[in-house]
Amino acid sequence: MNPSFSRAELLVAVIARLLEGCRHVVVGASSPIPGAAALLQSELGRGALRVTILGSRRYNAFTNGGVETFDLAAQGRIDAFFLGGGQIDGQGNINLVGTGAYPANDVRWPGCFGSGYLYYLVPKVILFREEHTRRVLVPKVDFISAPGVSAPRVYRPGGPCGLLTGLAWFSFNKRTQRFRLESVHPEHSVEEIRDQTGFEFDCPAEVPFTRAPAPEILALIRGRIREQIAETYPRFASTFAN
Amino acid sequence: MNQQPICELADLAAAVPDGAQLVVPSDNCGVAMAATRELLRRGVSGLHLVCVPTSGLQAEILIGAGAIATLETSAVTLGEFGPAHRFIDALKNARVRMLDATCPAVHAALQAGQKGLPFIPLRGLIGSDLLSSRADWKVIDNPFSPGDPIVLLPAINPDIALFHAPLADRAGNVYIGRWRELLTMAHASKQTFVTVEAISERDLFEDAKLAPGVVPAIYISRIALASQGAWPIGLPGHYGADETAISRYVQSAKTEEGFRRFVDEWLGETTTANA
Repeated sequence: MNPSFSRAELLVAVIARLLEGCRHVVVGASSPIPGAAALLQSELGRGALRVTILGSRRYNAFTNGGVETFDLAAQGRIDAFFLGGGQIDGQGNINLVGTGAYPANDVRWPGCFGSGYLYYLVPKVILFREEHTRRVLVPKVDFISAPGVSAPRVYRPGGPCGLLTGLAWFSFNKRTQRFRLESVHPEHSVEEIRDQTGFEFDCPAEVPFTRAPAPEILALIRGRIREQIAETYPRFASTFAN
Repeated sequence: MNQQPICELADLAAAVPDGAQLVVPSDNCGVAMAATRELLRRGVSGLHLVCVPTSGLQAEILIGAGAIATLETSAVTLGEFGPAHRFIDALKNARVRMLDATCPAVHAALQAGQKGLPFIPLRGLIGSDLLSSRADWKVIDNPFSPGDPIVLLPAINPDIALFHAPLADRAGNVYIGRWRELLTMAHASKQTFVTVEAISERDLFEDAKLAPGVVPAIYISRIALASQGAWPIGLPGHYGADETAISRYVQSAKTEEGFRRFVDEWLGETTTANA
């Protein structure tokens, strides 16, 4: 089977569905796929979803500097945000600092950015990492930039809703502190997910394929959304769609 | 406040003492790169660099040149251009003292500084290794609602804030637009040094549209004219990043020798932009 859509298009469509019902989503730096997905959901909901893209001029209506994102989150005015990680473990802990012993890490990444705050405060944090390998999805992260779950007395209205990779979508259960495999992307298998995932996760007997984007969604992505995301990510816009 | 803030770029750089706590903005709101090259020319050392809340090429080059003793930041990133090789190398070899942070913590600590408060509480952080790594951050129980642990951050009051802006006037008022973190940096710091694209003969407060985006002269110690002063980083609304120059830097900086050659060449140039 040779699908009529690219992996990026599939991921854009999946994330757009996850954003249904949100009022405001903020997209951080270096996040073209979440950015396109947010714009898609905004189009589908006829503007019900407000989209802020950090690094964009057109999709950023902030007037209080860099702190405004964090103040909005504290006020409950951001419903969804995206975080990634050089390592992500089965309890939803994320590592944006590096591998090995801190601070002279074997591999050092840029740093925690806003994760040590937004992961706690934004109700729907979508973990997004295209690379789905045992290198990234590890049993235990080497450094917790931000934890997946907190003790009951810790103020935490936010946290992970799930993990989307280039191979699959997992939901996250805060009570059991585990991921559950919800769907496998077309052309991939549960066996492949098991091979490539370094942590244990819940897996139902039957795992569906991730729903492919409908033709009208693909048309929208390739038309208006591609134009809109080009303002912030021109290179991505010219290459991501089939 | 300085009644005669306008000076030459070299004088501005000379007024940054070795060992100063220097606060700088992220790449999207005016990085004083011409001034950074001038600091390298004068061989500045021992800086405590605070990045609001992240940095890119500016931190990377200062680290590579051995100018940084302590680095306090939420990230050092060159984005799609590739790894910040000198930053990574310096951490691996323990050549800088690293204070990892999270973006709102840097903003909040400066806000405490601008208000003259000793510390400020911040949500999040509890249960992270980031918090464990910061001996200067404490957890207390909320005194108004016991059973609610919350992190306290000490205020940051830098010696000098340094950034690049589009416009200043002769009296020392500086236009920053909506990049309000620059205002917070100026409020919290003992002195503020600014490089600008242009100096207006007209008082910026005479224009009602500009006035709300002005850092008043009371906070400003030095202003130097530096055309294309953020190059090779961009200045939003004025010019973009010089992608060729930054890519060439990233290639060169893979090794210590490559970095040295690149910087020597860079500092040797009499004009930078459009060279």
